[in-house]
Amino acid sequence: MNSGGTGARGHGGIDTARLPRVFEGEERKELDAVLAKYPTKQAALLPALWIVQRKHGWVSPEGMAETAEVLNVTAAYVRGVVTFYTMYHQHPVGKHFVQVCTTTPCGVCGAEAVRDAFVKATGSKRLGETSPDGNWTVIEVECLGACGFATPVLVDDDFIESVTPEKVPGIVARYR
Amino acid sequence: MGYPHPPHPKETPVLSKHFGEADARTYDGWVRRGGYKALEQALGMTREQVVDAVKASGLRGRGGAGFPTGLKWSFMPKEVTKPHYLCCNADESEPGTFKDREIMRWTPHALIEGCAIAAYAIGAEVTYIYIRGEFTDPWRVMETALAEAYAKGVVGPNAMGKGKRIDMHLHRGAGAYICGEETAMMNSIEGKRGNPRIKPPFPAQSGLFGCPTTINNVETLAAVPHILVNGADWYKTMCLGNPKSTGTKLLSVCGTIARPGNYELTLGFPLKDLLYDLAGGPLPGRRFKAVIPGGSSVPILTAEEADSTVLDYEGCVAAGTMLGSGGVIVMDDSCDMVYQTMRLAAFYAHESCAQCTQCREGTAWTTKILQRILAGQGQARDLDLLLDLADQMTGKTICVLSDSCAAPVVSAIRKFRPEFERYLTTGRQTA
Amino acid sequence: MSDLVKLTVEGREVEVPKGTMVLEAAKLAGILVPHYCYHPSLPVAGVCRMCLVEIEKQPKLAASCATPVAEGMVVKVQTAPAREARQAVLEFLLINHPLDCPICDQAGECELQDYVFQEGRSATRYDEYAKRFNPVEEFGDDVLYVPNRCILCTRCVRFMEHVADEAVLNVSERGDRAYIGIDEGHRLNHPWAGNVVDLCPVGSLISKDFLHKARAWDLDKTPSVCTGCTQGCNVTLETRDNTVLRVRPRTNERINRHFICDEGRLGYPWMNRADRLEAPMVRQDGRLVATDWERAFAAAARLAGGGSARGAVALVSPCASNEALAAVAALLTRLGGTGAFRVREGAEAPLAGIPNLALRKERAPNVHGALAAGMSRDWAGVAGRAAGAGLVIALDESLEGVALGSAGVLYLGTVLSDPARAHAAVVLPCCNAAEEEGSFTNRDGVVQAYWQAKAAPGMARPAAWVLSEIAERAPAGATA
Repeated sequence: MNSGGTGARGHGGIDTARLPRVFEGEERKELDAVLAKYPTKQAALLPALWIVQRKHGWVSPEGMAETAEVLNVTAAYVRGVVTFYTMYHQHPVGKHFVQVCTTTPCGVCGAEAVRDAFVKATGSKRLGETSPDGNWTVIEVECLGACGFATPVLVDDDFIESVTPEKVPGIVARYR
Repeated sequence: MGYPHPPHPKETPVLSKHFGEADARTYDGWVRRGGYKALEQALGMTREQVVDAVKASGLRGRGGAGFPTGLKWSFMPKEVTKPHYLCCNADESEPGTFKDREIMRWTPHALIEGCAIAAYAIGAEVTYIYIRGEFTDPWRVMETALAEAYAKGVVGPNAMGKGKRIDMHLHRGAGAYICGEETAMMNSIEGKRGNPRIKPPFPAQSGLFGCPTTINNVETLAAVPHILVNGADWYKTMCLGNPKSTGTKLLSVCGTIARPGNYELTLGFPLKDLLYDLAGGPLPGRRFKAVIPGGSSVPILTAEEADSTVLDYEGCVAAGTMLGSGGVIVMDDSCDMVYQTMRLAAFYAHESCAQCTQCREGTAWTTKILQRILAGQGQARDLDLLLDLADQMTGKTICVLSDSCAAPVVSAIRKFRPEFERYLTTGRQTA
Repeated sequence: MSDLVKLTVEGREVEVPKGTMVLEAAKLAGILVPHYCYHPSLPVAGVCRMCLVEIEKQPKLAASCATPVAEGMVVKVQTAPAREARQAVLEFLLINHPLDCPICDQAGECELQDYVFQEGRSATRYDEYAKRFNPVEEFGDDVLYVPNRCILCTRCVRFMEHVADEAVLNVSERGDRAYIGIDEGHRLNHPWAGNVVDLCPVGSLISKDFLHKARAWDLDKTPSVCTGCTQGCNVTLETRDNTVLRVRPRTNERINRHFICDEGRLGYPWMNRADRLEAPMVRQDGRLVATDWERAFAAAARLAGGGSARGAVALVSPCASNEALAAVAALLTRLGGTGAFRVREGAEAPLAGIPNLALRKERAPNVHGALAAGMSRDWAGVAGRAAGAGLVIALDESLEGVALGSAGVLYLGTVLSDPARAHAAVVLPCCNAAEEEGSFTNRDGVVQAYWQAKAAPGMARPAAWVLSEIAERAPAGATA
């Protein structure tokens, strides 16, 4: 139901062989600021993974290995954490990532039609699969905590409320 | 009032008074609205006095459990030998609930002030506000407000110049409903998988980083400044029903209803009035069929049962359900109860952390049976099987996610059995 | 105020130290509460939910592995709610568990089989689409992971993290998609990793070495002591058709708890070597000729006579039993002489989470037995006297690099190809540690018995017996 590890891999022709190191320069400073907030290094893991995802577009094996090294935990440990939390992408995704809530409160308000509209409007073949042009990945997610504003949709970090199927093409056009 | 509606005369706007006012987000705007007086007052009281005030007010946890807040605070050690921690639960993932996001994005300083007072009361110098990863707007608003609060010195090494250290950090979740469970949240902050912990030990003895910890919901903490400024008695007398349920509650109304949104009501308010009066009743041409008053984890009520349900902790229990998080999910006669039961079970199956056997396997099995029924391949024994599985999924696990899957399944089968049986006999929803 | 707590389990009263978990208290009362994830050497997880018991005055069933005892507690294990809860857990575990018993190594020693047989439903009510189809994974050089059989008890994860101190296993994903993951770059080759195979209650983590070798119920089990190093871990030798097929740890709270290292676990093939000395041999006209024990003993006694004239030197293996070494020591005293041993060394590999447990540097089981028997560590010094001695006793030692001069060599050994034969006047076939009973003394001075697990080949006999027979026949020698 989400873009987790079982989804299709390596879309968009992204060259993962040359992923830059994450925790250098600005990102290293950011990590240091994060580390100062917690009494253990391990506690910086979730924030560190967000930094990795921001830089690489997904939580790459290289990113996980570097995170493990920097926080002094094993790579297996990092992977156990990454695969637990659904917002960390375990494989590359499209340039824009769309999350449509379809849990019951939104479901009874037509969320599934909104979901299907996004799949169609972005040219994706199916949910969870990046569109052929590499620009979109649409997934359905569980309750986004905006049930009174059905249907809420996250496009990247933009939280858009009260989406209806009619509004979808316009939303997609905004990101072109 | 519940944004974006205009305030309804039957509402009791306390927490929601300034929803929709962009200016209320700023420090200055908040101070103009009376903000940070409570924190100043609290810092001039002893820890015990603050705890006692909250105890006397009757405030109960607004995240879902309804545990008396002052009592929870009093579990923290009186003497601080290890660091104490406060965690603010802004994970808001219970389907049907969308109140904490409003508090954060309209009145972030209310939450900061509430956290500061709570932290002081429990002897904590560090607070972590755990905001679910999907709440990108509330995060940005809280980040700005927290920076302001630090800049103005209301929090920091010398909060309000009173010599107390009150540090606050935002911690971003990454997509896990179970992290709203208090012990799972602590594991998540510690950089682990969000698995709930076995209790004992209890958080007040050994919680975050092995230190005494209190976890409170956003709405609970936002109420604290009001209690201090207006007095515990003021809060206690806001009560329309059982005297053990005091104060106001944000009810998040959603689903197939005319005016979804948050409504702030005094506890003890009749559910019927909320549904038909404040929230405008059913959509044109429809009738209500089912109402879940406390987020998806509580038993479903029929529309008839909802008519006589009182919205407080005891009233909901008397009606065979729970007030829970106050997420009022409304389903009308166009809704397929069997499909929605399946969809809810699928939610829990997706969110199960995988520790306990009953939950890990039971939520998935329940979903599969319901999917098979929906596909027209149900068998006569399936309903009894679902009830039996639900029984074995209740009261047997480390946390109550398993029970939360069972509750709607059991109540749906018991109260909407004909819909299930139609699928069994005809293989379709309608005869 | 006493530190003991009295409680009742299934009507039996038991008194245990404060802080004991109900499950352990039940064990002391003679009651085994079915469980999977709990293990006395691992931190409590409380996840399998199999150990639920009814405690009077408590509204919900309690996980007995995670519930500390309280004074006056009344625990019931066999009441209907507890039994039904366990039956439900078993049914839940079986819905995704493949019906692999016919091809699964764990069959016959599988805790899922055992409890289902004891308390489970006779038929599942799971009627959905079939189960999981994930491929078998090679975790390490010996450990295989069969994800479809995994019941997610997490014993393996907790062992690697907390006991082996190398967190290379994790739980990946959530819900019924969860599985045990291992980091891509890592192999499960920690020196103690094989223990996860024992810990796994089902056939999910299995040993390549044992894969499809034998059925558990065909194996005879003999208590023994590991011969790998001076730690002295207690083991069980499991044999079928006179062949050692598997070595597993035997619980010893003091020495090795529930664990053995992979060296000990997988280092047993030598016990099954076929190229064995099977007959006593005596040198005649320059050639070793097989003979019977009486004639061999007579020859050995004559050799010993030579020793009584010019003294004896014994070069012994630190793998020899206390009994054999005592016999050597007695001979040396009678004939006058000294003995020495040398021991192969390897890297020490501690099991971090258990105090005083490691694969030791000295890779022989009875170094301390040898020392106690008066054998010296000064191999070079003692071996240097061999050429001038009348008798050299080689006890399972190859004599490589030892100048023998005109000494008479009495060789007791196990393996045909041993070069020491070339110099020996008398060659006597002996049992290896799997073929005799005896004792070893570990590095802490603990003397531990091991028992005979398989028959010795041909005419081979325990070295201790052989040496005592020689001693009986040897002439009373001059004192040293």
